[in-house]
This record gives sequence, structure tokens and C-alpha cells, in this order.
Amino acid sequence: MKCIFFPLNPYRELPADFEERYESVYVTPPNDELCDPARAGQFYNWTLDEYEHAARLGLDGVGINEHHQNAYGYFNSPNLFAAALARSTTDTALVLLGNTLALYNPALRVAEDIAVLDTISGGRIVAGMPVGTPMDTCFVYGVIPSEVRPRFNEARELILQAWTRPGPFHFNGRFTKLRYVNPWPKPLQKPHPPIWLAGGGSLETFELAADQDYTYSFLNFNGYQFAKNTMDQFWDTIERKGKDDNPYRAGFFQQIVVADTDAEAERLYLEHIQYFYRKCLHIPPYMFAAPGYTTRRSADFQIRRSAAAAAVRQAVAEGTWGNYIDNGIVIAGSPDTVAERLTEAVKGLRIGHLMASLQIGSMPHDLTLHNISMFAEKVMPRVRDLWDADGWQDHWWPSGAR
Amino acid sequence: MHVEERTIPLAGTPLTARIYVAGAGDPVLYFHGAGGHAWTGLHDRLAERFTLHAPMHPGWDDMRDLDQFDTVADLVLYYVDMLDALGVERAALVGHSVGGMVAAEVAALRPDRVSRVALIAPWGLWRDDEPVADIWSQSPAQLAALLWHDPDGPAASAHAPVMEPEALLKAYLAGAAAAHFTWPIPDRGLRRRLHRITAPVALIWGRGDRVVPPSYAADFAERLPDSRTVLVDQAGHNVHIEQPDAVADAVIDHLSAGALTESGR
Repeated sequence: MKCIFFPLNPYRELPADFEERYESVYVTPPNDELCDPARAGQFYNWTLDEYEHAARLGLDGVGINEHHQNAYGYFNSPNLFAAALARSTTDTALVLLGNTLALYNPALRVAEDIAVLDTISGGRIVAGMPVGTPMDTCFVYGVIPSEVRPRFNEARELILQAWTRPGPFHFNGRFTKLRYVNPWPKPLQKPHPPIWLAGGGSLETFELAADQDYTYSFLNFNGYQFAKNTMDQFWDTIERKGKDDNPYRAGFFQQIVVADTDAEAERLYLEHIQYFYRKCLHIPPYMFAAPGYTTRRSADFQIRRSAAAAAVRQAVAEGTWGNYIDNGIVIAGSPDTVAERLTEAVKGLRIGHLMASLQIGSMPHDLTLHNISMFAEKVMPRVRDLWDADGWQDHWWPSGAR
Repeated sequence: MHVEERTIPLAGTPLTARIYVAGAGDPVLYFHGAGGHAWTGLHDRLAERFTLHAPMHPGWDDMRDLDQFDTVADLVLYYVDMLDALGVERAALVGHSVGGMVAAEVAALRPDRVSRVALIAPWGLWRDDEPVADIWSQSPAQLAALLWHDPDGPAASAHAPVMEPEALLKAYLAGAAAAHFTWPIPDRGLRRRLHRITAPVALIWGRGDRVVPPSYAADFAERLPDSRTVLVDQAGHNVHIEQPDAVADAVIDHLSAGALTESGR
């Protein structure tokens, strides 16, 4: 199994009464009131240091995502961070999950940025292609909800052609009309950097992953137990499409905190986990429901699944250590405990790419470095070979990375 | 009242229209708002005098139909195709909210097909000093407070959202279509086209409209060659539901003032 350090880069100092005073952590948290550029810069630099620490300690990859106007994750452009890390790391995979394709027109810029990063990094780039949340796409960037997926599909088509066809050629799409597609340079990896889909469980994305042999990462903050239904649906789709059940087809985001003992983990990390679930996920339900963002089929599926979603919200809202742990929302404790639970999660969901969230909420820099060290030194060696006995190969790993 | 539900393929397109039809007499089209199609007391009153055609906006069955619509012009052509399919040469248009914007766009781009127009709290214009409210950024309680003059009154209670899957899905699809032509700001350039509407227009507004403030009536009137404004008391954005008789009287009065089979030109 591949272990990818995947922080969200939250603003680590939201006010104590944030969730009472403000409507949302996403889209509308007023920037002048809440986001001090000097502190924001400090947090960016801490995050970059944490990436480099994880890379030095041998994690297989570092993951960078893309959100906008979002206090729980304000990377905005993952390519900027990948550029810095391409220089400061040597053999670590740089897993980009952005870019959010529907936001960029023409998406030629995404094809160019990733190609540049691939050449600088010596072929270590993973080209993630998330459809993007309704908050990022519809509410912040103003994309018409019913056009998010068509724009995503067209941009993906353009980028693939830009990377694989000899230029110059023309591209006559619905949203993109280009006479001369001829990016300089093309990516180093051939035919192109591996494409990873990522999302919140849309049926269409599962089918796209199966049809195109892309790997899919379920990026959800509710932990492995609540993810079981969704990932079962994913694997059902893979089977229905007649593809093998190579675990590297799937990735999963899991909050993980490690300490010397279970009790020590609670003492060190609980307040930061509560910060995350109380403040960072403080998002009004309407923001997930931009009209037209999901297809009729997925909307129907989600409407009928709303009871399950309510159960998750209830479990998360309670906010006790026992609740986080018992529901698998966070995997926490001593190295023994964490390795055991993680093995259960990885085997149960059939996951080849673990997005290890080792910086959570308000976790300060030193504690984050400690958590990364504990995970890298005491847990990772015990979960890395989980799929080796079955002989599975990761066909979705960048060729220039270790 | 007997309401016929018709499903009509539109020749030369992959699209199929869904239209609710009732009554007899001259043809009137009613375009529904962002909340979706519902047969209301206003529909009953109109169908007593006219042949009322109440189409659903495209995407009513399959959102992917919206891929056929890049601009408002495509939507206007959809409704012109529908008039052709119905064998209606000229009709009066009535529309509420997003449907009001649709009626205005059809009347502006095809004045030859439109006889008279009634716009009920129409979307389509934008003022920075009094922005149209974002109905899609509201909690259910906030939304009710926006849509109704009296969110606790009988009209609002009778039209509270139905929380069962089939109804939720229908509302979702109607919202998707409305958003397709208005997200994130309901301004697709109607301001530049209003002067082309030759048909006489009635502008009907609830005085308590908190979605599109009644001050927008003056913006419409200023650009329309022939219009009159009716402000309705004790009513918000859903003026046609809170005061159905006042709105029906105003619409019927306006539509009855001229021949509905003659173009306004």
C-alpha cells in the first residue's frame, strides 16, 4: 500500500465561537475578519515544512488538494505548492488532487502546469482530476451547476489530447474553441501522468473510473466505517464493468493520530479533532445542494441515502473521543491500536492509496511533526505491505517516484 | 377542473416537452418559477377564460437535456418550437419569477409570436444597489422568509416543501433548469432586449417581495414600450399564491384588453 501524507491546510486559529458567529467555514467566512495574511502565510509555511518532513521520513507521496474561500483548506492552487515541493523533495510522488477542471477555461493551463511540474520533478506528478465540490465550483467560481460535469468532461478530454496528440491540433468543444493546441512542454511521463479521480461518491465518477481505468479516491471526512457503503458501491461498479479488483484502483482519506499510548493520544489530539469537526465542517446543508450539480440519478441516490447522512452528522456532532474512535471517524491511539484499526480499514474498503490525514484542525506545527514521525516510524512499516502477498501492482503510480 | 398532461416531441430536436393543458379559448402560456410546476388557483382562473398551456421548463425528466441549451436564445427557440408543435401562431405569455424572465425573453426575441404579456415578479434584471436575493443560499426557514409576505400564513403553509423523495427530485430538476439560465446572477442581458417587446405588458408585483424587490418594476417599465404596473398588497415573491384572486384579476384584465391571436406589433 502507498501512504500519502494528505493535510488540508486549515486556518489553525479560528475564533472559539466561530461556529456560533458565522454561517459557514466555506464560501462566505469574511476574509477581513477571519484571515490574517501574516498568519495565513505562517500556516502555509508550516504545511510546506510538514510535507518535507513526511517526505524525508519516507512516506510514498504527498497530497495537495484544491479548495477556494475555505478556512479548512485554503491551498487554492495545488500547483503552486507542487512547484515548491518539486524542488525540495527528491523521490516522493506529488499527488495533486486538484486541479478542479471545470473552473479553468481553457483548461489548457492545467495541461501546461502539470506538464511543467512533471518535467521539473522528474516524472513524479499524479494528475488528480476531481470534479470539485459545489462550494468551489458553483458557489465560489460561479459555474452553472448543470455545467460542472460537462465542463469537467470536456476539460479532461482537452488535457488528455494535449498530452498525447502531436501538436498543433484544433479542439472544437462546447465550451472550449481552440485553433492551435500545442503545449510546450508535454509531460515527461508517457503517455501522460497517472490520472486519479477524486470525489464524494457520485455514481458517474465511479463509472468513469471503471471505464477509463482511472484510480478513484474517496475524499470524505467521516472515516472508514461510514465509507463502507460508498466503497462497496465503487467495487460493485468495477465488477459490473468487468475490471479486476486491484486495490490500487481505490484511495481513501482517513484522519489518523498516533501517540505512545491510547490515553496519550486523547490528551494530545482531542481538542484539535473537535476543532476540525465543529468549526472546519461548519457548512450549511444548502451548499451541498446546488441545483443541477448532481445528475438526476445521483440526486435520487443521495435523497434516498439522507437517513445515513443524518446518522453521520449525529455521530460527528457529539464530538466525544469515544464517538470519533468507535465510529472510525478518526483512527487514533498507540502504534499498535492504529496499525490494527488501519489494517481493518484498508482491508475492509480494499484501498491501495491511503491519504493519511496527519494534520487535523488546529494541530500546531510541533505536534503535527510528532504525529507524522510516529506514523512514519511506528505504523507505516506495519501497513505498507498489506497488498504485497496478493501480488498487486500499482499501475497508477508516477514513474519517476520511488 | 380537468387538466390534460401532454408529452410532445419537438421536431428536429432530441427534446420532448411536458405541458399541462386546460380550458378553452385563446391560447395562453404560463411559465413556472424556480420552484417548479404546480397547478394553482391562478391556473384555474386563467383556464376558465382561455386555453391555458403550462409547460415545464426543459430538463424536467432528464437534466442532461439541459446540455442542448447554451444560452437563453436556445431556451426561447425551445418555446417557439413548442408553439409550432401546438399549432399556436400567437399566444399571450404569463410567467412568474424565472418564468417571468422566460416570457420576457420570448417576447423580446419573437415579438411576432406574442400578443400580450403578464410578468409576475420576473427575474432577468440586476441592480447592484438592490441585488436579487440568492434563493439557493438559504436554509429552509430563511427561504420561506424570502418567498412569502407572511411565512406563517395559510398560503405559505399550504405550499411548504414536501419532504418525500419523488417531490424532492421534481423540485431538484426544476431548480436545475432555473439555475441553468440564472446562476449565479440572473442577468443574461435582458436589459438590452426589453425595448424589443412590442406586446403590451402587465408588471405584477407583491409589495413585500424580498426576492426581486418591487423597485425592479420601474426598471422594467422604463425599458418596455407599453407597460402598466400592478402592485399587490399583503404579498411577497409568491404573490400569485398569497393573493391568487388579485393576481388573476390583474392578469385576466390585461389579457382581455386586446386580441390574443394578434401580435402586439
